[in-house]
Amino acid sequence: MEIKVTESAPLAMEWRQKKKEKPVSEKIIEGMIKTGGVSCIVLIAAILFFILKESYPFLVGAFNFKEFFFSEEWYPASVVKIRYGILALLTGTVLVTVISMLIAVPLGLACAFYISEFCSPKVREIYKILIEFLAAIPSVVWGFIAIMMINPTIIQLFDVPIGLNILNASIILALMSLPLIISVGEDALRAVPETYREAAEALGATKWEVATRILLPAAKNGLMAAALLGVGRALGETMAVLMATGHSIQIPNSIFEPGRTLTATIAAELGESPKGGEHYQALFAIGLVLFCLSFVVNLTADYLIRGRRQ
Amino acid sequence: MRRLVLVLTCLFISACSQKSETIIIQNKGSDTLVNLAQAWAEEYKNVNTKVALAVSGGGSGTGIAALINGTVDIANSSRAIKPEERDEAKKNTGNDVKEFIVGMDALAVFVHPSNPLLGLSLEEVACIYGEGGKCTHWSDVRGTIVPGCKDNKIIRVSRQSNSGTYQYFREAILGKKKDLKLGSMDLNGSRESIDLVEKTPCAIGYSGMGYLNPRVRALCIQKTSDSDCVEPTVKSAMDKSYPISRELYMYTSGNPSEIVQAYLDWTQTDRAHEITVKAGYVPAPKR
Repeated sequence: MEIKVTESAPLAMEWRQKKKEKPVSEKIIEGMIKTGGVSCIVLIAAILFFILKESYPFLVGAFNFKEFFFSEEWYPASVVKIRYGILALLTGTVLVTVISMLIAVPLGLACAFYISEFCSPKVREIYKILIEFLAAIPSVVWGFIAIMMINPTIIQLFDVPIGLNILNASIILALMSLPLIISVGEDALRAVPETYREAAEALGATKWEVATRILLPAAKNGLMAAALLGVGRALGETMAVLMATGHSIQIPNSIFEPGRTLTATIAAELGESPKGGEHYQALFAIGLVLFCLSFVVNLTADYLIRGRRQ
Repeated sequence: MRRLVLVLTCLFISACSQKSETIIIQNKGSDTLVNLAQAWAEEYKNVNTKVALAVSGGGSGTGIAALINGTVDIANSSRAIKPEERDEAKKNTGNDVKEFIVGMDALAVFVHPSNPLLGLSLEEVACIYGEGGKCTHWSDVRGTIVPGCKDNKIIRVSRQSNSGTYQYFREAILGKKKDLKLGSMDLNGSRESIDLVEKTPCAIGYSGMGYLNPRVRALCIQKTSDSDCVEPTVKSAMDKSYPISRELYMYTSGNPSEIVQAYLDWTQTDRAHEITVKAGYVPAPKR
């Protein structure tokens, strides 16, 4: 279709061009941000699709709900009867995560409070750098620390036969998730408006009172989100727990007994299970369980953060 | 000028042809065999400069899977190929899998040096490791008391259930109809097993003989409770008096090419056998 050029057209075109000129760079940036956002969703959807696709033949075939979730017998290469029970692995994952959080959450939040409220700006900078450094240590290195340092220490301190156990893995996981908890927790505290502190101090509150009575309730949701992100971190960790737990299929009677986690099982066995075999598919079913677990944790964290904003 | 061009062309062609003559043999599989395969590859460079071997580990299953997919020339395995794997390879590549026994390996059962136990019978090993076995404490095995091991509980160190070493160990001590007990520490490599036993007085572990070091003590093994207790050595593995010894295999898809065949033949020469012994393995009995 042809457009009729009228008198006012040149003016309008000029105006349009002017308007267009500025948005060009903006449009590119906009597009980039949009792609970034969308690709995240696409990636997660693709991951879920991939896990489902790989585990599907197992889920409709050898999968037995009762055995899978309520039996501790994980015998993927048995010569007698192949059994896929993940109860022991699930227990290991839950135990290690819960205990590591019992250590990391109080420590991390206390540290966040200290950095955000109590220390001088100079000390704060030093601490932040150190904490970032802590976050940069690779998980294999943590695994080595678990075997070489924490293992003999636990044997000596508690007089137990083996130092690669639930406690060891929990300590390592706590150390690994601390940086995350501290930085998110600190952000939450920083986000509390300065006027709250000023008002409280004007009323004669001490620093301690400001922290416990004003900041804690005000930043509650953000701090909980920090803790839950730490849970997510602990849940998904693989290499360090593979080395620290002792990688033993049993439901531990105490924190001094070895255990095994879902993630470590996948890491240890996927490499040697033939692609497309039943064992391979069962490992992907474990992946699905993990996906659901971390999805729930992240969803809760997200919900809490949004709760804080409203 | 013409002569120069000719010379340059000749040089170019010879350079190219030289390059294409360096043939790489892809060799992958068993972690038990990887040390030996690497030592062989190292030496074979001197024997045939035109052939290079790319050796990698990953486990027997990985090697055979790669053979089935046709991505390796030689698959290393510490267990015999299963009939269904053979069928799958035939289906995928159209070739029959050829088997070569290149050496032997004895699985050593070892304990912490402070453990006073000297030897075990296969039955006792089964009692410790097998499903339903009643030996949970060192006192259940010849009334042993291990210094430095507080409650005298046996800590079983094992391997992940799809490793070739695990599967061979299971078959050697329990036969084909039983499983290993759960609750062992299933480590990811032979070296890790040794490292852990070295640091743990209560522990018992197993691995290929080649991995043994003086910081753990290998036990002698009796076939039955009244037979001689045999130490894992090159000699005892070769004459098969040591009860837990096995063949190490290399597999090719179809008849190997001339180059691969030459390499496989070389692995059975005296020089190669020397390397085998030095790496802690046992040469294959003469065919």
